[in-house]
Amino acid sequence: MLNYIFKRLVWAVVTLWVVITITFLLMHSIPGNPFAKEGTMPEAVYNNLQQYYHLDEPLAVQYVIYLKQLAQFDFGPSLKSKTITVNDYIVNGFPVSLHLGIQALIIAVCFGLIFGVIASLNRNRWPDYLAMVLSIIGISVPSFILATFLINYVAVEWRLLPVATWESWSHTILPSISLAMMPMAYIARLMRSSMLEVLGQDYMYTAKAKGLSRHMVILQHAFRNALLPVVTVLGIITTNLVTGSFIIEKIFGIPGMGEMFVIGIFNRDYPVILGSTIFYAAILIFLVFLVDIAYTFIDPRIKITGEGE
Amino acid sequence: MSTIIEVKNLAVSFHTYGGEVQAVRGVSFSVPRGSTVAIVGESGCGKSVTAKAMMQLLSCPPAEYKGGEILFNGEDILQKTERQMERIRGNEMGMIFQDPMTSLNPTLTIGRQITEGMMKHRAFNGKEAKEEAIQLLHLVGIPQPEQRFDQYPHEFSGGMRQRVMIAISLACQPELLIADEPTTALDVTIQAQILQLLKKLQEEMGTSILLITHDLGVVAETCDYVVVMYAGVVVESGTAEEIFANAQHPYTKGLLQSIPRLDQQRAQALRPIIGSPPDLMDPSPGCPFYARCEQAMRICKNHHPTLEHVNGEHYSSCWLRHPMAQVVR
Ligand SMILES: Nc1ncnc2c1ncn2[C@@H]1O[C@H](COP(=O)(O)OP(=O)(O)O)[C@@H](O)[C@H]1O
Ligand SMILES: [Mg+2]
Repeated sequence: MLNYIFKRLVWAVVTLWVVITITFLLMHSIPGNPFAKEGTMPEAVYNNLQQYYHLDEPLAVQYVIYLKQLAQFDFGPSLKSKTITVNDYIVNGFPVSLHLGIQALIIAVCFGLIFGVIASLNRNRWPDYLAMVLSIIGISVPSFILATFLINYVAVEWRLLPVATWESWSHTILPSISLAMMPMAYIARLMRSSMLEVLGQDYMYTAKAKGLSRHMVILQHAFRNALLPVVTVLGIITTNLVTGSFIIEKIFGIPGMGEMFVIGIFNRDYPVILGSTIFYAAILIFLVFLVDIAYTFIDPRIKITGEGE
Repeated sequence: MSTIIEVKNLAVSFHTYGGEVQAVRGVSFSVPRGSTVAIVGESGCGKSVTAKAMMQLLSCPPAEYKGGEILFNGEDILQKTERQMERIRGNEMGMIFQDPMTSLNPTLTIGRQITEGMMKHRAFNGKEAKEEAIQLLHLVGIPQPEQRFDQYPHEFSGGMRQRVMIAISLACQPELLIADEPTTALDVTIQAQILQLLKKLQEEMGTSILLITHDLGVVAETCDYVVVMYAGVVVESGTAEEIFANAQHPYTKGLLQSIPRLDQQRAQALRPIIGSPPDLMDPSPGCPFYARCEQAMRICKNHHPTLEHVNGEHYSSCWLRHPMAQVVR
């Protein structure tokens, strides 16, 4: 087990390094640079800025400087906002996005699984059709439409919940729901098809032939086995949720880190783009690792060993 | 000898997009208490559907019980509610399925899968159930049952898994064991071991067995009675001796000729039955075997033969048994 974790750690570092290198090269291969747009800037100021941020050095040197900086867990300054660093962005924004993301994740997983199971048990009857129509709507309607819809009715017309900003827990409800809708719909569809597959297996007959009641058969024999495909996608879904959504955070005025990546690209703010990409990749790698561990608890055929395949 | 289960005129259909598949069309037979009865027939003739119907295991839809009754200890299984069936399944009737590779839940230990039924039907606590399960594993011939108890199905070979299946089905000492092709998926050497095991357990526990198979070789060694099914109907039934020595129906004769025998001339080739079973979506009103029968007569095409008494408990459903048949020929 320890051996396995160590191997995964080494691979995680290698993967991250590849991500960093590719992002770094891609970012610099796009024409222009962070300060080029501002045409009114005097030549001397421009040169100073270039020099200050090492942008005048050869790419290889910049790359080495950046890696050295990263080794000290420093993502560097934001080129555009003079007062905050990329670390500030993450330290201030991530807790908020994480909070929102976890709430959305709980909603998405709980309701997604429930709807998926109900749909599969009522295959080709109205609960199935209803759940699947709702999930198609959930997948195809963009989150900002749902968000504005919720704000309009729940917050403005009925005055049940606050409209926006990030203050009390009741402020988190509407954005969490808006954020949860799409992954929930996706999980529901996945769980339905996975349950249908498991319910058609021979061992379901064995379980029933033992005299187990229907809910025992479903809970103890079908549900757990049907979870595996859902667990597989949970890594990427969770990463997307906890790293924040630009749209939802903008609509509800939430100070999360969702805007970081978008603004970074918009401003060609190299350290911000690199920082958010690396952060995203690190979280994804970590969660995929957790998913792999979770597999072994759900399916005993999957074993963790120190040996690589 | 009393009968433990009697199937009378059972008819089961499946509703599919293509139409109604009449999988079982009026099957009757009975299992005398303590005996072994075989249902024989090529695949697709409705054996598994009959077996599953006997425990109400078919999901409706797509299945529909079209008629008939299944009297288990005198009470009609088909009239029972789901609640009542839960008390019968596993407890009074056990079932073994064809493929031990897919019939065990891959994510639960076999110990758990064996004790589940006991804890439900016999109100055992965890410890009692474990002790009983370990004894059962020992009984079905699994070495080191204590260690095996906590292992998962993928850690067992096919034959061992089928032994586990047998342990599961016998966990509550049912009166009737339905074994649906229990050896079809196994190696020949393992097949014999499993059959011997079933025979031994039957002697020890006094269980009645309904053995479903497409292999007449299996039947000869283990069964007291034989029911030959074809295209959803019973074409011949009788004691094993009668069926092997005095088969009447051309289909049964065909089956017997298609298995190798020790007393066979070396040059004599095995004779398969040419053709394939009829479409159960739209069965003809005549004898289902008409199209493949070498001795078919005109009447066979449109008129279903009645089940004629041959002698003792031997019945055959063929127009050749009719007194007029000799005259016609
Ligand atoms: N779930 C189902 N839906 C439709 N047709 C089915 C279903 N199960 C069985 N059948 C049909 O019933 C017939 C008998 O099947 P079965 O009892 O499994 O045959 P076997 O004698 O090989 O066990 C076959 O023709 C099969 O196509
Ligand atoms: Mg079958």
